[in-house]
Amino acid sequence: MLSPTILIPTVLNGLLTGAVYALVALGLTLIYGVLHIINFAHGALLTAAMFAAYFAFHTLGIDPYIAAFIIAPVFFAFGYALQRFVIGPASHGEDRNMLLVTLGLAVIIENALLFWFRADTRTIDVPYAFQSIDLGFTFLAVPRLVGFAAVFVVALALWLIMGFTDTGRAIRAVAKEKLGAELAGIDVAHVYAVTFGLGTACVAIAACLLVPSYYVNPSAGNAFVLVAFTIVVLGGMGSVPGALIGGLIIGVVESLSSLFLGESLGQIGIFLIFIAVLLVRPQGLFGAKA
Amino acid sequence: MSDQKIPFSRRQFLTTTALGAATAAAGSIAMPSVLRAAGAPVKLGVLHPVTGALSYSGTQGRLGATLAIEDINAAGGIKSLGGAKIEPMLGDAQSSPAGGVAEVEKMNSAGVSCVVGGYASSICLATTQAAARYDLPYVVDVGVSDSIIKRGLKNTFRFGPGFGVIAKSALDNLVAINDGAGKPAKTVVIVHEDSLFGSGVAKLLGAKLPEHGFKVLESMAHPTPTRDFNTIVLKIKAQNPDLVIPADYYNEYVLLARTMLQQHVRPKGIYSVLGGAASSYKFVKEFPAAANGIMDCNHWFNPLSDKAQALKKKVEAKGQFFTYEVYLNYSCVGLVADALERGASADRAKLIASLASSTWSGHIMPYGPTKFVNGQNQGAAPCNTQVQGNDIKVILPPKFADAKPIFPIT
Repeated sequence: MLSPTILIPTVLNGLLTGAVYALVALGLTLIYGVLHIINFAHGALLTAAMFAAYFAFHTLGIDPYIAAFIIAPVFFAFGYALQRFVIGPASHGEDRNMLLVTLGLAVIIENALLFWFRADTRTIDVPYAFQSIDLGFTFLAVPRLVGFAAVFVVALALWLIMGFTDTGRAIRAVAKEKLGAELAGIDVAHVYAVTFGLGTACVAIAACLLVPSYYVNPSAGNAFVLVAFTIVVLGGMGSVPGALIGGLIIGVVESLSSLFLGESLGQIGIFLIFIAVLLVRPQGLFGAKA
Repeated sequence: MSDQKIPFSRRQFLTTTALGAATAAAGSIAMPSVLRAAGAPVKLGVLHPVTGALSYSGTQGRLGATLAIEDINAAGGIKSLGGAKIEPMLGDAQSSPAGGVAEVEKMNSAGVSCVVGGYASSICLATTQAAARYDLPYVVDVGVSDSIIKRGLKNTFRFGPGFGVIAKSALDNLVAINDGAGKPAKTVVIVHEDSLFGSGVAKLLGAKLPEHGFKVLESMAHPTPTRDFNTIVLKIKAQNPDLVIPADYYNEYVLLARTMLQQHVRPKGIYSVLGGAASSYKFVKEFPAAANGIMDCNHWFNPLSDKAQALKKKVEAKGQFFTYEVYLNYSCVGLVADALERGASADRAKLIASLASSTWSGHIMPYGPTKFVNGQNQGAAPCNTQVQGNDIKVILPPKFADAKPIFPIT
C-alpha cells in the first residue's frame, strides 16, 4: 500500500475530488461569511443545478461545460430572488429563522424535484466521459481535470470580485459591520441577495462540472454538502482561500484514509479532522478569531 | 281499562325493537356475501416505497402490480367470484418499515383481502408481521432476506427466490462458467456496499469461493452513497484480479463500472450477485461500453415466454424500463388472482389456504413448479445474465438461456 505507484495516484485523485468539494464549499462559505446563516438549502440547490445541466444536455444538446455559462447566471438570479424575496423577508432579521427557512427550502426543492423527475437516477454520456490522460503510472480522467482547472478559475474570479470591485467591497463591508455599512449608504438587503446569488452560482458551476462523471437524482447533491460543511469549518467560516485549500486537504485526506482504512472507514478521516479543528483551531485555517 | 289503552308496553316495545334490530343487523351482515357472489370487487393492497430513497424501485413495483390488475380485470376478473374485479388499494411505505406498517393498518381497516409488495427486506419484515396480526395474506414481491419466511408466519408468501437460493446459484453458476472456459479465473476481488445486503454477499462468497479453488485477494467495503470510486479502482488495479465481484446498489455500481473503464481496469470478468446495475436495461442503454460483458445472477423473466416479451413491450411503450420490480410484482398479483380463482373466495383464511396449496403455472418467470413450503416458493430460482451486444441475455440455466456465456471477456 505504501508503494508510490498507488500512493501518488491516490493523492492526485484526492486533489481532483477535493477541488469539486472546494467549489461547493466556496458557495457555502461565502453565504456564511456575509449573511451568517448556514444554508441548509445548499445541497438541494446543487441538485437542482445538476438537473438543469442534465436537461440542458439531454433536451437541448448543450455540453455541461458550455451550459455552465448559462446555468450559473440563471442560478445567480434564482439565488438573488430567493434571498431577496423569500429568505430575507421570512427571517424578520433573526438568524435562527433564516436557518429554518433554508431548511424548509431544502425540503421543498428536493420534493419538487422528486415530484417532477421521480427518484430515477440519470446520467449523461458525453464523448469525453471515458477519456483519460496517461501519465505512465496512472490515468487521469479528462472530466475531472477540467473540473480541477475550472475550480481555480472560479476561485480566482471570486477573489477578484471580492477584492477589486465595488460590489466586492460592499460585500466585505456588510460582512464586517452590517450597521456601519448601512449608515454608509450600502443597500444591505441587495448585498445579501447578491452574496446568496454568488454562492448559488458557485454550486451551479460545481453541478455542471460534476454531471459528466456523476449521476443525478433528487438527493444527489446531499452527498457533497456534509463534506462542504466540514471544509467551511476547516478553512475558516467565510474564507475563500480557506474553502479552496480546505477542499483540497479534505479530498486528499479522504482519498488516503480510503486507501489505508477502506472506503467505509475513509469518512472517519474527514470527521476526525472536523473535530480536531473545532478543538484546536475553532476559527479554521484562514478564519479570523471571533 | 287503562291497561287496554296501552296496547304496547315499554317492555314489549324494547323486545320487539331489539329483535327487529337484530334481524336487520343479521340481514346487513349477510348482504355483502350476497353482493360478492354477484361479482363485488376484491380489494387488494398494493404496497411499495414510492417516496424516499427507494422510490424508483417502489414506483416500478407499483407499475408491475397495476399492470397485472388491469390485465386480469380486462380478461373478465375472477370468474369463480362471478367475474369480480380486483380493486387496488395503493399504499406508500415511504421507504421505511414504520411507513409500511402504517399502510398495512390502513389496508386492514379498509378490508383488503390480501397485500402484495414491500420491496425492501427491512420493510417486508415489518409489514408481513403487521399483516399476520390480522391473518391478512401477504405476498412479498422482492425482499430477499431469508428471515422473512423463517418466522413461521402463516400469512406470508414469497413467490421469488430468497438470498440463500440466489447465492448458491450464483456460486454454482460461476464455477460452471469458469470450468466451461478452462478455468481462466483464479483470483477474485469483491467490492461491496457495507450494509446487510453487500456485506452478506461478501461474507458468503468470501467463505465459499476458496472451496472452489478461487483466491479472494481482498474484500473492499464502501458506504452508500460513495461519491468517488477512484481509490477502490486503484486498489483493484494494484491487486490485478482475474474477476471483480461487485455487490452494490445501482448508483454505486454504475460509478464503479465507469471508473474502471476510465482507469483502464479490465479484468477477465465482472460477475455480480444481485448486481444493482448489471442486469439493468437502463445501464446498458446509457453506458454500453462500461456494461459490456458484465455477468449477473439476479431475478429475471423467462426470455422464452411470449407473455413476458409482450409485457416487456408494453412497459417499454410506456417509456419505462422492464426492471425486475415490474415483472416480480406482475407475477405476485397473478399468483393472488390464481389463488382467488381456485379458492372461489375472497375470505382471508380461505385465500391463505388457497395460496399455500398453489401450483400456479404458465407465468412469465423462469421458475420450476410452484410449491410453497413454509411460505417460500420452492420453484423460484434466479437466472444468470450477461450484457452482450447492447442487450441483456440469459446465459444460465440452460433451460431458459437465449445465449452462451462469453468468458473471459478480455
